[in-house]
Amino acid sequence: MEALLTQQVDQNIKTTGADAVLRALIAEETSLIFGYPGGAIMPIYDALYHYQEEVRHVLTRHEQGAIHAAQGYARATGKVGVVMATSGPGATNLITGIADAMIDSTPLVCITGQVGSNLLGSDAFQETDIISISMPVTKWNYQVTKAEELPEALAKAFYIAKSGRPGPVLIDITKDAQFGSLEFIYEKCEVIRSYRPVPKLELDQLSKAAELINGAQRPFVLFGQGVILGNAEKEFKIFIEKTGIPSAWTLLGLSALPTDHPLNVGMLGMHGNYGPNKLTNECDVLIAIGMRFDDRVTGNLETYAKQAKVIHFDIDPAEINKNVKADIAVLGDCKEVLVELTRLARMNSHPVWREQFREFTRIEEEQVVKKELQPSQGQITMGEVVNGINDETKGEALLVTDVGQHQMVACRYTKFNQSKSSITSGGLGTMGFCLPAALGAKLGNPEREVIAVIGDGGFQMTIQELGTIFQTQTAVKIVILNNSFLGMVRQWQQLFFDKRYSSTEMENPDFVTIAKGYGIEGKSIDDRTDLQNAIQEMLSHDGSYLLEVHVGKEDNVFPMVPSGASVSEVRLS
Amino acid sequence: MEKSFTISIFTENSIGLLNRITSMFTRRHLNIDSLNTSESELAGVHRFTIVVKTTAEQVKKLVLQIEKQVEVLRAVYHQDDETVFQEIALYKVSTKSVADGNLVEKLIRDNHARILSMEQDFMIIEKTGHKEETQELLEFLKPYGLIEFVRSGRVSVMKPMEESNELRKRISNF
Repeated sequence: MEALLTQQVDQNIKTTGADAVLRALIAEETSLIFGYPGGAIMPIYDALYHYQEEVRHVLTRHEQGAIHAAQGYARATGKVGVVMATSGPGATNLITGIADAMIDSTPLVCITGQVGSNLLGSDAFQETDIISISMPVTKWNYQVTKAEELPEALAKAFYIAKSGRPGPVLIDITKDAQFGSLEFIYEKCEVIRSYRPVPKLELDQLSKAAELINGAQRPFVLFGQGVILGNAEKEFKIFIEKTGIPSAWTLLGLSALPTDHPLNVGMLGMHGNYGPNKLTNECDVLIAIGMRFDDRVTGNLETYAKQAKVIHFDIDPAEINKNVKADIAVLGDCKEVLVELTRLARMNSHPVWREQFREFTRIEEEQVVKKELQPSQGQITMGEVVNGINDETKGEALLVTDVGQHQMVACRYTKFNQSKSSITSGGLGTMGFCLPAALGAKLGNPEREVIAVIGDGGFQMTIQELGTIFQTQTAVKIVILNNSFLGMVRQWQQLFFDKRYSSTEMENPDFVTIAKGYGIEGKSIDDRTDLQNAIQEMLSHDGSYLLEVHVGKEDNVFPMVPSGASVSEVRLS
Repeated sequence: MEKSFTISIFTENSIGLLNRITSMFTRRHLNIDSLNTSESELAGVHRFTIVVKTTAEQVKKLVLQIEKQVEVLRAVYHQDDETVFQEIALYKVSTKSVADGNLVEKLIRDNHARILSMEQDFMIIEKTGHKEETQELLEFLKPYGLIEFVRSGRVSVMKPMEESNELRKRISNF
């Protein structure tokens, strides 16, 4: 009897590498995987078949679609996104998404199949050196050639992906490791000797920062995705409310603070708001929280906030003094830092200084916003569509955008009441990101309205994912802002290249018919009077829906800080 | 202004880490002057010594990015006067051309070099020192029919005791 029992326990522990992968994923609470099978990952897909009850696998139409979907899922839920692909082309098709996740700090675990370890380096069928290829764009990667390495490798992968400043991790598993056997004992990873994800908070730096903030006459807060990744939205709001400091967001910081919050003064950077750009060069203390001074935010560094003392709060020591010199740097976890900072900060309200922002808002309203949101004539503008969506969703929708003019307009004008509601490709600017990311966001948040706003160019870069939306019956609402141009490039050609429209005009197919082919309802409009009804129809439709809006072909996005110019040279026309 | 910096990197011993580290130089269009990897005095800890010519600003940022890598325990950079460093060079010369007794003696004495191996056709001279010193001997030997020359990467230890202790302190917590 005793012998029999031991045998059963043994059977339970002893398993295959492929099975161990699935068990590890389940131990890490993975319930959704995006991927695409192929030869070198077949044993893992076979194991997946066995665990269908525990783990859902979404078959995309391209590996790039799979990874963007995982990114959308991760950004919408705060969980680690999981992707699977086969060796060779399967793995290389992930690279754009991995690079995107790296630069936008998105936690991902990518699992790729690899040829058998005896074939490594032999130019075997579908062999690529994905470890070397992915090295510069992963936070960590590792090749597993023996089944018994799998539990530890996967535990480390999840820990590294989600801890500290998150990022993508790739685990490459040779076919023999998938077939091999091991005793499966899984322990979550909690520490790695050479890895310190959260630097220790230095209280003396923090008190110096608080002192500077307390003495400031014209303090200005710039916040980024660090606030969202650190789950510190509440602490951030309490801090700015106590200190009364006007606060502007980076593209990825969007939705961390509700749009209608009185201290939310708008967006920073190239197509950001007028006041935040102008007043960057007027403030006396610049307080950067969880942001990295991207060149699209700063414009010309030589003329960026030279008058101000700069305080930089970040979790990543390598961000300090990378682009903008900090007078005071405070490293640490965003939430912890903000709680402590709020304790040391004095109550304030800065009424005169805040009035300056309002003055700039009025100018922008008059010269830019009105024309964009309430045009009296001409073709429908992108802003009108976004505004029309706002009227229906009241700030509750989750917005996913692609890259280009529509992205800037949608992020400028969409209203948000809650965090993790804007998902876009920021750092890498990956066209084709939106459609699959929206699918992932909706699958992670089925109860929320997810609206994908896409340009006609980006839509066609991953249009095949309509097939995944169709097969999974995911109720993503797709809004195509169609100007038959690669609009942002065309805008630059108009403004900086004498209107020489080199390869930017597009002859597009009938998008509604394409959607119909995938069983997705749709409508195309180009008349202003149809707009609101069409938006209502889309939102009330049960299931996915595609709304194509023909917008002004040669409309431009303003304000604009021309490339290489100073933020104070922001143009309104 | 560009200067020569020695970067010392202490890492776990894992496959591919060399690639990960050198790609960070490639990405910044930096040419590596020399590179050496070896064990360190700490069990399981490997040590990279990389010499690169760049600005103080750039090296500071680069080292922070290197230290950020998951398998890097610590990365530091120094200027030449803050470290003690050596390189080794081997010279293969025709025995006949330097066989004049006086010349060989002068060569060995003046250069603190030594003869590692002597064959009928060739001999191998070894010299350790800074690059300028091994270079000087190279120039000296050129007229005598130098057959082969090779110089190692720099190895370097840092002078300040606190820095040597810092890593030990970090690791001992594990």
